[in-house]
Formats: sequence, structure tokens, C-alpha cells
Amino acid sequence: MNTKDIVYIALFAAVTAVFGLFPPITLPITGVPVTAQSLGPMLAGAILGARRGGLSILLFVVLVALGLPLLSGGRGGFGVFLGATGGFIVGWVISAFVIGLLIEKFWDSLHIFNAALSIAVGGIVVLYAIGNLWVSIVVDVSYWQATVGAAPFLIGDVIKVAIATAACLAVRRAYPLISRAR
Amino acid sequence: MITLENVTVEFDQRRVLDDISLSLSEKRIGIVGANGSGKSTFVRLLNGLQVASSGTVRVDDFDAAKDGRKLRRHVGFVFQNPDNQIVYPVVEEDIAFGLKALKLPKDEIDRRIDEVLARYGLSEFRNHPSHLLSGGQKQLLAISGVLVMAPRYVIFDEPTTLLDLRNRNRVERAIAELDQTVITVSHDLDLIAGYDRVLVFENGRIACDDVPAIAIPRYREMMA
Amino acid sequence: MIAGLYIDGNSALHRAAAGLKVLALVLLGTGVFLIPDWPVLAVLLVTVFILYPASGFGPRILWAQIRPILWLLALFFAVQLWLNDWQAGLVVIFRLAAIVSFAGLVTLTTRTSDMLAALERAMKPLARFGVNPEKVSLAFSMVLRFIPVIAQIGHEIRDAQRARGLDKSVLALVVPLIIRTLKTADDVADAIDARSFDPD
Repeated sequence: MNTKDIVYIALFAAVTAVFGLFPPITLPITGVPVTAQSLGPMLAGAILGARRGGLSILLFVVLVALGLPLLSGGRGGFGVFLGATGGFIVGWVISAFVIGLLIEKFWDSLHIFNAALSIAVGGIVVLYAIGNLWVSIVVDVSYWQATVGAAPFLIGDVIKVAIATAACLAVRRAYPLISRAR
Repeated sequence: MITLENVTVEFDQRRVLDDISLSLSEKRIGIVGANGSGKSTFVRLLNGLQVASSGTVRVDDFDAAKDGRKLRRHVGFVFQNPDNQIVYPVVEEDIAFGLKALKLPKDEIDRRIDEVLARYGLSEFRNHPSHLLSGGQKQLLAISGVLVMAPRYVIFDEPTTLLDLRNRNRVERAIAELDQTVITVSHDLDLIAGYDRVLVFENGRIACDDVPAIAIPRYREMMA
Repeated sequence: MIAGLYIDGNSALHRAAAGLKVLALVLLGTGVFLIPDWPVLAVLLVTVFILYPASGFGPRILWAQIRPILWLLALFFAVQLWLNDWQAGLVVIFRLAAIVSFAGLVTLTTRTSDMLAALERAMKPLARFGVNPEKVSLAFSMVLRFIPVIAQIGHEIRDAQRARGLDKSVLALVVPLIIRTLKTADDVADAIDARSFDPD
């Protein structure tokens, strides 16, 4: 891990915090709030790769736990991990790692489909698996009930997968970090 | 004394510096040249940020290829954008950053921080968040962070480009007062007009190497 | 620097070591799940509540901790009432309320810098597994340092895109933001190397 890796890790944690400063957009009809912040883990994984991306989001999550109000809406402290969304925040770390792992695998022949697939698997499938499990334990409901409850948030996350995919491909052309790492 | 012998630097088969040999012993050395002329690569060689593809770079007793770590302590480097070289959120923490690497005792660290902050009129900002300083104060903080390491040489890579006139004057004065050997890369020709020697870079070679009174007009001609 | 959620004071909890408070939180968080009786949990919850005025915090601050999870507590209670009985409902909500309000108390009485220092100390033993505490400490500090820098870059890009009529496009913000962040990172890494940061 050289100096540049440490700086990338720290700056993507800062980017994730900055995404939390944008006001959430409320989706029409469902009224579900969508924040830009969960783009952070997707981009960290897709641009920095598994190890650096995962560590970057871990760094962010630890700072939140230490009491910095870095989550969207100025939330922070230990309390947020005990709430219903706690699993999603912890899940971001694994989500970024998985996205990075898949993007690295596809790197040499990366195109819109396998990039979108990588980000969707890490950013939706893996993330929701962890988040919903957390909800089912904290709220004491079945896993299936938790999954149904989380469904409205899917729309926002599908949009974010699309944005992260396009951004990952655009940045790959200008700044190919993953190939440089290997 | 800085000595380069047949130094060539290549990136992806592109020759950025082409067979440079020279020695520098003046106290104030200015470096000018168009973007991409190799001037930034040249100064990066001097503190080991850039390694030569071939040839040798020596600064006093240090060989850049062998004594990288010692060379970095011997030759300080101040960059264009202070925002990119202040790495700690509080002023004193940032100045202490380089000192911690020197493994100095705590009261010596404190003493050096006090001294350098007083020198640049930043004492009242010791516990201040670094991002709330003005552009000129940030550049002075960046210079402080380098000077506490007590280098013998200080390289400035376009130190005043991002500053307004008042802050430019402040930083210019701070540079002028330094006891160290100063090497300044600048597009601001006034900044180096009073220097001892000016190198003009063009396409990876030194097109002119003379006193400012000759080199600067020559550079203006080349750019016309 | 980002202000934490810390509120200044001089109570016993304010003065207690950060590591100790975190340890107490972990013990409480585990302990409440071992207690199955709602009256015992109620006593515990009231004890945590009493710590608020004891640390110099008024009811308004306590309320601010509880309010965000209020709807959650109501939901949990309803679910338990439906699946089991009201006693089970009280057990679930007292547990959660106790942990959340104690977690809030730890956050309110501990400076982020003290928390960071405690974390760095706790990480010392990890050095033998290849975790370098100096690198980790640098990374933590840099996040705090660069949040305002990156936020500023974000503002600049948004203004530029607004001038081009692209302010509705998230992508027109995200891509330049990432590229400029990476460029910044390269410069920062150079500056750190130039200052001979070399913990190995």
C-alpha cells in the first residue's frame, strides 16, 4: 500500500461524505427519498478496485461511528448502526469490495453490460442481502418481510447503478486506475 | 551544489528530458519554459519525486538514485496548489506531519512549530482549521510545513500562480527572505527577475542558461 | 474541519476515557440482549436517561436522540404485539431505546479527536498483521481535511455546468468530480512523498 493508495482511499471516503451534502430527491408517486450518498460505495469499488474501494468505505463508516455527522441529513454516531438502515451502511463496505472484485475481473474487456452487472450485483444484490438481514433481526420480522419492505428503494438504486456505470466507464478512459494497480 | 550528468527522462517512450548535463551552485535559480517543456520534470528530479531513466543526479553528497529518502529531507518542495499539500485538518497538525517522520522529541517539534508560525505571522492560527485560511496563508502554511524540516534547498513549483496580487507579494517576500538555496519554476517573470541564474527549457532541453537580464528577454522572444 | 456531534461539558462522562465509553457501549449493547424481562430493561433505560441530566444535557437533547427512531419503536412494538404480546413489545423497544440513547450519550460527550486517538491506540496491536497505524492515522486525517476541498470542487463544477445548462445532469457533475478528485489525489500523494512521509 503506497502513499498514492492511501490518498485514493481517503479522498474517496471524502467524496462519499460530500455526496451526503446533496439534498435527497423524493421520487414521484412512492415518495421514497433517494440520496446521492450510496453512489459513493459504488464508485469507490468501480474506480479504485476491491481492496482500496472497500477500505475507503470502511474508513468512511468508521468516521461515522466515531461521531462525525457525515451521513446524508447530518446523521452520525453509534446510534445509526442500531437503526433499521444500519445494515445498509455496514453493507456499503462489502458492497464496494464486491463491486471492485467484479470490475477487476472484467477490467480488460469492460463494457456497459458487465460494468452494470458488476455494480448491480455488489450495489443491489449484496447490499440488500445484508441490509435486509439487519432489518429482519432488529425489527424481528422475517427475511421475506424485510425484503418486501425494502422494495420501494430499488428504483433509486437502479438509477444509481446506471449513473455509476456510466461514470465508471468514462473515468476508466481518462484515469484507468485498476490496470495501473496490477 | 547540484550536478546532473547526461540525464534523460522518458515516459512511455516519449523523451521528456533529453541528455541534460549541468551544475548549479547559485543561491537563486529560476526555471521557465512552456507547458510540457520538461521544467517540472527537471525540478522533480532534484528531490527524488522523479527518477531519471538514465544519467546521474547529485545534490551535495546525495545521489538521487540511491539516497532518495535523505534527498527528500535535504531538498524541500513547495507545490503550486497549497490545497493539495496541506494534509491535516488543523494548522499545527499539518506542520507537525513532516516532523513526526524525523522522530524528533515533542518539545523540539513544538519549538519548531512556534518558530515557523511566528515567522509567517500565523501564530494565532495554530489551532485553526487549515481549510479556513486564505489562499496566501495556505501557501505560507505549505512553505512552513517544508521549512520546519530544515532543508538546504527549497524548490517552488509555480508558487504564486493561484494567488492574488497581495498574497503573491507576501509569498514572494517570504521566498526572498530564505537562507536556503531556492529553485523557482514560474510563469511569473517578475518573480525571478532578481535571481542569479535562469534556465529556459524547450522540448526537454535547456535552450538558454544565463543571468535573468539575458535569459528572460530570450524567453520572451521564443514565446512570441 | 467537520464539527463532530460533541457538546462541550465537564461531567464524569465527558472526562471518562473514550476507549472506556466505547467498551461500555459494547457491553451494554450485548448485555441488553441477554436480559429477557421488560421491568429490568425499563430500569436500565431510566438509568441511561438519568445520565443525560447528570452529564449536563437537557430533555431537548435526549429527545433529539430518541426522535429519529420513534417511528421505528412504534413499528417494532406493533409487530411484536401482532406476533406475540405487549410484554415482548416492551422488551424490544426498551432494548433499542437504551442502546440508542447510550450511544448518543457517548457521541455527545466524546470529542472526535479523542475517539480517533483511542482508535489509533487500539490499532497498535494490529501492526504485527501488517496494519500500519501511521498510515491509518494519516488516512483518517486526510478525510477530514479533504471534505471541504472536494465540496468546493463540487460547487465549482456545478457552477460551470449550470453556465452550460447541464445542471440537471448528475453525470455531468459526478464524472468531472471524480476526475478532479483523482488528479488532486495524485498531487497530494506527490506532496506527501516530497515531505518524506515514509513509515516503513
